[in-house]
Amino acid sequence: MTARSHTAAWTGDVAPPFDQPAAAMTAGHPRFVRITHWLTTIATIALVISGIELIISHPRFYWGEVGNVNTTPLFSIPIPASRATVPTGYGFTLPDQNGWSRSLHFQAAWLVLFAGLAYLIAGLRSGHVSRRLVPAPGDRSWRALRASIAEHRRAHIIAPHSPGVYNVLQRTAYLGVLFVLFPLVIWTGLAMSPGFTAVLPWSVTSLGGHQSARTLHFVTMLALVVFTVVHVVMVTRAGFRRLMRAMITGTAESRP
Amino acid sequence: MTSITRRSLLAGGVATAVAALGGVAAAAGRRFGLVPPDAEGLFAPGNTLSYAAHRLVGRDALAREFPRSAISTKPFANQISAHTEAFARHQAEHFAHWALDVRGLVDRPLPLSLTTLRGLEARSQVTAVTCEEGWSYVAEWTGTPLSAVLQACGIRASAKYVVYFAADGWFDSIDIDEAMHPQTLVAWGMNGGPLPVPFGGPLRMRVPRQLGYKSVKFINRLLVTDEVADLQIQPGLRNYAWYSGI
Repeated sequence: MTARSHTAAWTGDVAPPFDQPAAAMTAGHPRFVRITHWLTTIATIALVISGIELIISHPRFYWGEVGNVNTTPLFSIPIPASRATVPTGYGFTLPDQNGWSRSLHFQAAWLVLFAGLAYLIAGLRSGHVSRRLVPAPGDRSWRALRASIAEHRRAHIIAPHSPGVYNVLQRTAYLGVLFVLFPLVIWTGLAMSPGFTAVLPWSVTSLGGHQSARTLHFVTMLALVVFTVVHVVMVTRAGFRRLMRAMITGTAESRP
Repeated sequence: MTSITRRSLLAGGVATAVAALGGVAAAAGRRFGLVPPDAEGLFAPGNTLSYAAHRLVGRDALAREFPRSAISTKPFANQISAHTEAFARHQAEHFAHWALDVRGLVDRPLPLSLTTLRGLEARSQVTAVTCEEGWSYVAEWTGTPLSAVLQACGIRASAKYVVYFAADGWFDSIDIDEAMHPQTLVAWGMNGGPLPVPFGGPLRMRVPRQLGYKSVKFINRLLVTDEVADLQIQPGLRNYAWYSGI
């Protein structure tokens, strides 16, 4: 059974998620997509784990340039802290894990940056982004997006999905992650670096200050985590083993 | 078979090229001061990339300075270790006998009294203290540029790092670019008055282009050197990157 035969087997009452001429459509993931996908996965796991550790040292968020335990936070996360100076309401202090957390965070950030650049260069040069991610001409409307959302709410749309062939909702989500969330999380991260802002002061002043950058970094991280959870849930609904195989070997079908 | 051979040849070629490029990059990195002293172990790639990137694009960049109106009304002094008896005696004498002992790769190793230090050169700047934990405050810092101290002692051309030691046992080090940077101060004043003890008085290193932990409090000794062997700033503080501009 080939990937294409899923199309033939399609009997749903909505249009299948193929909106390109048949010749241009080859289901499956190109190698650069698979490699950068897993590098980004590894780096994101490392970034989230180390990021949580860093938040534990000061689970208070502020707006503007300055913020510390003597000033009023915008919001606080009700967790214990790894520093005795932070008033949390808990009677204990967690161990300091910031040394390896900071080092791991920045090392993983470099990996995301390199994987992202490699993806963008290969994706733009090969036409992958323009053909597979930019919504097809007929789909560039709120109406098409709403219809796609409605389709996703019906369970049967999920099953026949061919790896690497995306409907308008997927395309919009992936473009948002690629061109909005990842650039924003990198920008807000760099805006917290005193060495970086010495070179480009507007990178932090345009965000409202150091503490605003930190708060926006946290919120953008939450958005990326929400995307990741939805992404994994949808992959699971559409056939975890089949789609994992596709993201590892390139095609959904096991080789003879 | 042909494709496998071709593929393995290609992979071998790529690996050789990467190794050669890596070797060239490492040599160039050391030549131009782009390799931090903690470029070893698990986090060597990240530590080196961050340090090299910052030194390549912003060796002379100035940390953000703020108007006096931005000075925090509620700065946070952070925890400090308990003062020693010797420090308490200095405090009782209003630090009249506190001195900064400069040694190492200098022509004139000197103990500099606070009065001598203040007389060398003074600079005031409103900069942020940014802690690696996430909090921050802005204050006006007044002090003698470290570059002026080093020049007064006749710093030698072979100097690559300055290590600074505190009365409470804490120590840290910076490279010569950071040490000669105009905003790197041996600070003795804060917000128009003398530097309060909780904020590091009588003498504190201020390195505004790096995070707060490089701005060591209560300093009394400088060592000018061409290598830094011991990077651990405090027992228990492991894996904190030596370069903390990020």
